[in-house]
Amino acid sequence: MTYQEKKSIVSVISAILIFVSYCLYMYPRFPGGGLESIEAFRYWGSFVLFLTLFSIVAHIIINIIFNIVFRITTKEKEPTFADELDRLIELKAHRNSFFVFIIGFLIAMGSLVILQPSHMMFVILITSGFISDVIGSVTKLYHYRRGV
Amino acid sequence: MSKNLVGNHIRKLRFNHDEMTQQQLADKVGVTRQTIVALEKGNYSPSLELAFRIAHTFNLPLEEIFYYGENTKQ
Repeated sequence: MTYQEKKSIVSVISAILIFVSYCLYMYPRFPGGGLESIEAFRYWGSFVLFLTLFSIVAHIIINIIFNIVFRITTKEKEPTFADELDRLIELKAHRNSFFVFIIGFLIAMGSLVILQPSHMMFVILITSGFISDVIGSVTKLYHYRRGV
Repeated sequence: MSKNLVGNHIRKLRFNHDEMTQQQLADKVGVTRQTIVALEKGNYSPSLELAFRIAHTFNLPLEEIFYYGENTKQ
């Protein structure tokens, strides 16, 4: 298995671990009271902002650890640049990821149209963001293994 | 996924050039080893620019390295 394939698998696993652990941490902090209160909106705002920050930092740390483990176990250096195949696969991954997120976004807006509570919209938006991240990594893994 | 119809003789040519490794070829043409692996497996059709760089490395015309369609495979 090549560096890029291993990296895609690590990305999928780390995305799942980061999201699940963050949700488990934030779930008990959901404010009581009215679902449409200012506190609830503040909660969802901070949920998305801190998830973004936490996710970026965790991905960087996991990436550094992965590169160190890769160098030790394979005695190879990781590629330092992205060539035409990498860029093509990256484009396809972004396309699929973007498509999934847009579907999620439209469903989230649809939930408001059918008078679902606003927290439903946030849950759908955050979940579609997570799924789109995973789809991006799975797309990369698929194309690195099966070709373009 | 549609089948890749552009084949090549890169693997054979590498061995005929002092058993050049995939990494050595990758370094010469400016791509990663993963791309050479994908090319040899027939999983990727290179850009015209990369195809020319590979041809220059082996000092051969394009059509002696790449072929179109399975029938022309040697």
